[in-house]
This record gives sequence, C-alpha cells and structure tokens, in this order.
Amino acid sequence: MSETETHSIAVNGEHRRVAAGTTIALLVQELGLDPARVAVERNLAVVPRSTLAQVQVEDGDDYEIVHFVGGG
Amino acid sequence: MNAHGSIAADTWTVAGRTFTSRLIVGTGKYKSLEENAAAVAASGAEIVTVAVRRVNVSDPKAPMLTDYIDPNEVVYLPNTAGCFTAEEAIRTLRLAREAGGWKLVKLEVLAEAKTLYPDMIETIRATELLSNEGFEVMVYCTDDPIMAKRCEDAGAVAVMPLGAPIGSGLGVQNPVTIRLIVEGAKVPVLVDAGVGTASDAAAAMELGCDGVLMNTAIAEAKDPVLMAGAMKSAVEAGRLAYRAGRMAKRRYADPSSPLAGLI
Repeated sequence: MSETETHSIAVNGEHRRVAAGTTIALLVQELGLDPARVAVERNLAVVPRSTLAQVQVEDGDDYEIVHFVGGG
Repeated sequence: MNAHGSIAADTWTVAGRTFTSRLIVGTGKYKSLEENAAAVAASGAEIVTVAVRRVNVSDPKAPMLTDYIDPNEVVYLPNTAGCFTAEEAIRTLRLAREAGGWKLVKLEVLAEAKTLYPDMIETIRATELLSNEGFEVMVYCTDDPIMAKRCEDAGAVAVMPLGAPIGSGLGVQNPVTIRLIVEGAKVPVLVDAGVGTASDAAAAMELGCDGVLMNTAIAEAKDPVLMAGAMKSAVEAGRLAYRAGRMAKRRYADPSSPLAGLI
C-alpha cells in the first residue's frame, strides 16, 4: 500500500478524497470540527463517538456529520 | 403563600424528570443566536427544542447553538422537523441521541409541506419503534383524542396535540378536543404549535394542559424577548386559573354588590 493512496468518500453529500488509513476522528478534525459536538453516520449506521478514533475510513463510504441547530 | 410560591410548588414530570416551567420554547427563526438565548432566558423555559442538521463543512467555525444555550443548563429536546416518514425520523433521532446523549426526544412525522399536519399512521409507527429502542418520545400529534390515545398506547411519554398548524399563530382551534385529550391521557399533554400570542397560551393552560410548546409566536414577535416574558406569565396565569377552577358561566347578569341594604 503506497502512502499516497487515497479513498473516495462523500461527506454530507459532497465528494472528498482522504488518505488511506484515516480514522473517522481524524476526518472530523481535518474538517475543522470538534468530534465531541457532532454525531457521525457512516453508510446509514450511527458510529458511536467512543469508536471514532478506531474506525478507519473505507473507500466509497458515505458520511453524514450532524449537530444541533435552532428548531421548533 | 403568594402566587409565585404556588407556581414554584406546582411541578410536572415527564419520563421521570420533573420541571417547574410549563413552557417549552423552540430555537428556530431567531435573527441571531444572542436574541435566541435572551428569549430563552426571559421565557424561563427549562426545555428547548432543537433540530438535527448537517454541519456546514465549508464553514466549520461558524457559531453554534450550544455556544449560546448551554445544554447543561437547559434540556435540549431534539426534534424530527422535516421528516415525512417513520424511517427518516428514527434515523434523525438516532443521530441526535449520539450527538447529545439524550433519550428524551420530540417526534414529529409530517404528512405534507402545505399544512405541516402530522401523519398519524407514520407517527404512531415511529413512536412504537423508538420506544422499543429505549427512546423517551414526546409526540406531536393531531388534536384528536383517539389518535392521542393511540400515541400513548404506542409508548409516548407525552402527547403534544397541535393547537393550530405549525407557525400559523391562530391559537387553539379545537378546545373541546384538547380538553378531551387532557381528560383521557395518563401522560402529560402539551399543546404544541399554533399559539400566536399570550392569551392563546393561557387558554391552552386553562384547558388543563401540562404545558405549552411554542417557537414562532416568540421568534416572530416584534420584540421576541418581551414576548418570551409575556408567554412565561401567560402560561403561569393559565395554569393558576385552571387550578383555581373558573366560575360557572351564566346566561344573564348577576350583581357583585349585595342587593340588601340598598338605600
């Protein structure tokens, strides 16, 4: 596996490329977000916050990253 | 005791949690997060509804609701606004549970964009599924006593019939059915949606509701912070009037001063 290998993923509907071996926690941090204040869904399944640093991003993954906003 | 003492002693409980304020406020439609926070403070609300939405990946440092309204001080009640099927609502609330760690949620499954009327078939199905997953579900429902009962049977920890369509500000349209829901329910009943001004909130409370949930009536007032205070007073006044028990209505006049001793 070369160090420059990348995975093609989608985050909130937008296509992105990340380095192979990136964990979800790292992905969230690279996006400038605080993992403690968001929830992550990977391929329609919620990823527990406690495991974000263990789960590696795979090619073709589809992520939704959400937080709380004002609402009625 | 004075009236304020009576209010303090008069609590309500949902899913084992006891609250003093009977006003739940939304956090949408405000001009700014500062104004939103000031209105919440003025309302005295102990619970606020919040929505679950995608983070803005292009502007990750944008101010967040949690910077202005502290979830450790006010209970965040995640909603499913914008969900039109049970599956969408469940997906949203699973994420909300992970984001906040809370099981107490507000379920709303809407039928159509025009009326934002709840789809009760999907709502009841989602209530049952969510309850079985361990969620404590406060359910937005039609002002239909039978549907409210069905929600309760499906596991709702509170039923929240609409007073009028969401954001309409028309006030409680069906006081008879809201009262029937109150009389039949074994869980708290909150009028959710439709309140336009303070008297609407008081009217809902006078029907015996345990609380009122509102957003637009405060957020779209010319002075939202002032209206938040008005709603706080109205909910308390309506509750006190309900507890006091109103006089019977008469068809004709009845003098308040004695007739005896008239000169």
